[in-house]
Amino acid sequence: MTAMLEVRGLTKHFPVRRGLLRRVVGHVQAVNDVSFDVNEGETLAIVGESGCGKSTIGRTVLRLVEATDGSVRLDGEQILNLSTDAMRDMRRKLQIIFQDPFGSLNPRMTVAETLAEPLLLHGLATPDTVDDKVTELLRTCGLSRFHAQRYPHEFSGGQRQRVGIARALATRPRLIVCDEPVSALDVSVQAQIVNLLQDLQAQFGIGYIFISHDLAVVRHIAARVAVIYLGRIVEEATAEALFAAPRHPYTLSLIAAAPRPDPTIRDGTEPVQGDAPSALAPPSGCAFHPRCPMAQEVCRTERPELRALGATRVACHFAEEVVPETVAIQTTPTAPSLQRRLDVLQSAALKKQSAT
Amino acid sequence: MKMEEVDIGTTTEPLLKVEDLAVEFHVSGTVQRALQGVSLTLQRGRTLGLVGESGCGKSVTSLSIMRLLPQPPGHYAGGRIVLEGRDLLSMPERDMRVLRGGRIGMIFQEPMTSLNPVYTCGEQIVESLTVHSGLSSKAAMDRAVELLDLVGLPSPKERAHDYPHQLSGGQRQRVMIALALANDPDLLIADEPTTALDVTIQAQILDLMTDLRERTGAAVLLVTHDLGVVAQTCDDVVVMYAGGVVEQAPTKALFADPQHPYTIGLMAAVPRIDTTVDRLSTIAGSVPPPWVKIDGCRFASRCPLADDRCRSAVPPLREIGPDHAVACWRAPIEETTV
Ligand SMILES: Nc1ncnc2c1ncn2[C@@H]1O[C@H](COP(=O)(O)OP(=O)(O)OP(=O)(O)O)[C@@H](O)[C@H]1O
Ligand SMILES: Nc1ncnc2c1ncn2[C@@H]1O[C@H](COP(=O)(O)OP(=O)(O)O)[C@@H](O)[C@H]1O
Ligand code: SF4
Ligand code: SF4
Ligand SMILES: [Mg+2]
Ligand SMILES: [Mg+2]
Repeated sequence: MTAMLEVRGLTKHFPVRRGLLRRVVGHVQAVNDVSFDVNEGETLAIVGESGCGKSTIGRTVLRLVEATDGSVRLDGEQILNLSTDAMRDMRRKLQIIFQDPFGSLNPRMTVAETLAEPLLLHGLATPDTVDDKVTELLRTCGLSRFHAQRYPHEFSGGQRQRVGIARALATRPRLIVCDEPVSALDVSVQAQIVNLLQDLQAQFGIGYIFISHDLAVVRHIAARVAVIYLGRIVEEATAEALFAAPRHPYTLSLIAAAPRPDPTIRDGTEPVQGDAPSALAPPSGCAFHPRCPMAQEVCRTERPELRALGATRVACHFAEEVVPETVAIQTTPTAPSLQRRLDVLQSAALKKQSAT
Repeated sequence: MKMEEVDIGTTTEPLLKVEDLAVEFHVSGTVQRALQGVSLTLQRGRTLGLVGESGCGKSVTSLSIMRLLPQPPGHYAGGRIVLEGRDLLSMPERDMRVLRGGRIGMIFQEPMTSLNPVYTCGEQIVESLTVHSGLSSKAAMDRAVELLDLVGLPSPKERAHDYPHQLSGGQRQRVMIALALANDPDLLIADEPTTALDVTIQAQILDLMTDLRERTGAAVLLVTHDLGVVAQTCDDVVVMYAGGVVEQAPTKALFADPQHPYTIGLMAAVPRIDTTVDRLSTIAGSVPPPWVKIDGCRFASRCPLADDRCRSAVPPLREIGPDHAVACWRAPIEETTV
């Protein structure tokens, strides 16, 4: 069986130009030989440090930037060589939402106009039915028709993200690239948006590429996770496997670095040293070797291929020797007092709801 | 030139006390209350976390302590900020300037806005050392390199000659910390020092700050929106909501025994890397905008327990355990009949 979205060997090198003549002096290897699948109704998370190529992967899949090499198939159809016309049609099935919904919404268009545009463009509504469709979209995304005549600046960050989601949803997409959709939001609003994304997925069977640097959010929302280092996948596994038994030293250090909201588990592990290297001059061999606590001589000279280890794919010469216990990813239940009080609040909220 | 030391007294604890601070912004004819009755206490050698969602007044609080509130539109509308017995709000600006960068070190979220782009990293530290500690420029340069080494900047001697834009975000934040620590401050104020950084670099910087705190004995006020950062680095916590303090406690007590409905909601909404839940818990609604005038509890519009008293009278911050105070009429919650 083939997956809904199949990405194979995706590569993007940006030319670096210098001087008066804008001569090409080198290439940023933003994405290198990246392959993954996304199934219908599934969430694949892409994680990694800033500049590792997450957004570029999302954008090349949508052809917002043109790939240097590779193939992207949606439902078996090759996207990367579609003509402009054919691609316009394809855009209906592939959508994107951004971290900053404000920057991606036209400040001079009301929400109704913003949502009506894709509906009419793709023939999903007629001028007669468009108002009803807009109202339905707003309701699906937790807004009301009173929001329709307002402008983006009149909304809070969470509401703007709902509008961004509604716009992506308008064309009934098969896949949505979510590029850090909750990173700019406060925790309480972040939870509302994450829940909305999950509800929409359950209802419409949309596949998500969920780009994030927050591993806790990723663990919650994703079925599978791809960890990127300097433009390459270094580990890919189900969320369950990745967090229980990470196989790549880099994954391990990402997990160890995530601060846990629990003062009883302050672990004293040394954080990974140094900065991520530049994609302009990637290190030889394994790109992680200058920071890797397990690096050996061979790591300096030979790049480890991505290979299967159980159900995990990992690119490390010594993946078998990675010991997950070193980061003590123990499962800690919610503090009992917190749960009890939450129950009190929730039953009060229910009572209030049924009273009105 | 050496500025003379300002005597800020040698009275006993605490190092810093903020009492009933109120701050307003006068914006296009309207008065917006940014802070209302904010009180907090910081002991020597401890790290106090100031946590809350965006716009709740964390930065206004820390700017106020440094007296860096933009005036206008900002305006101190009441209260006191007492550092070692002296009220900073009535201190002449000249004395404040001696304190800032001297006994009060400052670290901000975006080092690029507080580092001067036209001076090398070394020069900026040298400048601060000659002004505040009266070192010769030769001695100051040696000390600057020492400081850059202390904060873990690789090849500090060479890096001292780099301009801020030549460094990565994490390296710039290290330079910022070196600058903040240059004159052995008693108080370090860090406003979201790691928010713009990757988790890996954040872990390095937080480790560094904890390490330096232990070595120098400085008190740290750490402003953050991240409960994970609080849990991992702070001794005590103040939770703010819409311009007021809603709960304060030692970190362990707060996480073991959260009492304010907002604190509870916030903790429950944070996804965990070490547990899974089917559905994230949310807090209904959103923070009221600052121009909305609220008579009672500021959380009432989102609180499932809100009743008429909550909507008409402001709940005072009261002790419900050792060093644990809550501003909620209904706390302790479990004894509340719903
Ligand atoms: N249009 C461009 N021209 C040249 N280089 C680019 C361009 N877009 C991205 N890059 C480079 O490609 C690499 C990957 O960038 P990308 O934006 O995909 O990273 P990211 O993982 O999304 O980072 P972040 O977490 O900061 O959003 C970086 O080195 C970046 O500087
Ligand atoms: N210069 C300013 N002018 C007007 N309002 C301001 C200014 N700075 C802050 N505020 C307002 O003060 C409140 C608290 O802001 P702030 O302290 O920055 O929040 P945070 O907790 O996110 O740091 C917000 O309502 C904000 O809009
Ligand atoms: S291949 Fe070597 S350097 Fe790379 S992650 Fe594995 S052990 Fe570390
Ligand atoms: S005082 Fe009332 S409205 Fe405010 S938090 Fe307590 S119960 Fe809720
Ligand atoms: Mg990005
Ligand atoms: Mg702030």
